[in-house]
Amino acid sequence: MTVLEIIHYPDDRLKQESQEVELFDQELKDFVTDLEETRMAGPGAVGIAAPQVGCAKRLAIVDVSGLKKPVDNHGYLLMINPEITKWEGMEKGREGCLSVPDFTGNVIRAEKIKIRFQGLDAQWTEFETHGYEARAIQHEIDHLDGMLFLDRLVSRRTDLFQRKIYKK
Amino acid sequence: MKKWSLLTLVGADQPGIVSKVTQALAAVDCELGETSMMRMGCNFSMMLRVHHDGKDLPDLLKGVCSELKLHLHVDEDVDGACVDNEPDVNITVYGADRSGIVAEVTSTLADAGLNIIDLETALAGTTDKPIYIMTIEGQAKNGVDALTDAAKTISAAVEMNIVPIQTLRA
Repeated sequence: MTVLEIIHYPDDRLKQESQEVELFDQELKDFVTDLEETRMAGPGAVGIAAPQVGCAKRLAIVDVSGLKKPVDNHGYLLMINPEITKWEGMEKGREGCLSVPDFTGNVIRAEKIKIRFQGLDAQWTEFETHGYEARAIQHEIDHLDGMLFLDRLVSRRTDLFQRKIYKK
Repeated sequence: MKKWSLLTLVGADQPGIVSKVTQALAAVDCELGETSMMRMGCNFSMMLRVHHDGKDLPDLLKGVCSELKLHLHVDEDVDGACVDNEPDVNITVYGADRSGIVAEVTSTLADAGLNIIDLETALAGTTDKPIYIMTIEGQAKNGVDALTDAAKTISAAVEMNIVPIQTLRA
């Protein structure tokens, strides 16, 4: 197991579109192990995508099950060749990225999504998710398409009137 | 030895203010850090953290300030960048305009532990029925629940939404 080097913008590899994974072999399994170890080494990272370690494959990991303030989640998700097949709603949230140190900003994402992806056994899984987990998945899939959250920043003044926690 | 200074410039809005001020700074290798620039009423305001090697900034900007009729103020920014600047709560407030909304809301929330990082307000609506809108990003030092509880005591007829910010790192 190895902690891989996280590449940082302006590295061009972060802006490239990744290729479909076709070979589900031992090399892929080993890479996934290293990628997860790299995620765990990043401070509080809930996700990581292959391009963040310079590998242009459509593969990402998301796990939002360990947050201090718990959110709905599906546990550890290894997503190979993931696709979002349905989007619903919009929500503004604050994001940061291992590949863009020392900056966080507001991004609008779909509130609910339907996602399908393959596992290490090449079998497809599909489910709906929402909120924080959906945000993390969208952030990671953007990496596979050569997009960073910086490409989706909204002005400080852009405010969606969010779900109401308190209304006088 | 380089240092940071904080520049504040204000003047009647016109095209070219940002480009002329920043060109004057860039021409002598003054580097910009965080900046905030916006139109307020018919004025344009700029605040810029500038990294430089001890330049006489008022002298450097004399020409452009005179041409654009800008007021300039310089503070020495001895503390540099603030590392603890991550907001954990987003607050929106709006309602029929009246005097004292900002004072009442912010004093109540400050007592409940709010440290404001970013606050913007705007006047909207019609002349005879103006509304006031405020957005705040800040740190809830005593937790978001403390702010929510405190908000219930605010007497003003304002709508208020207090939403925790859970920053995603991925």
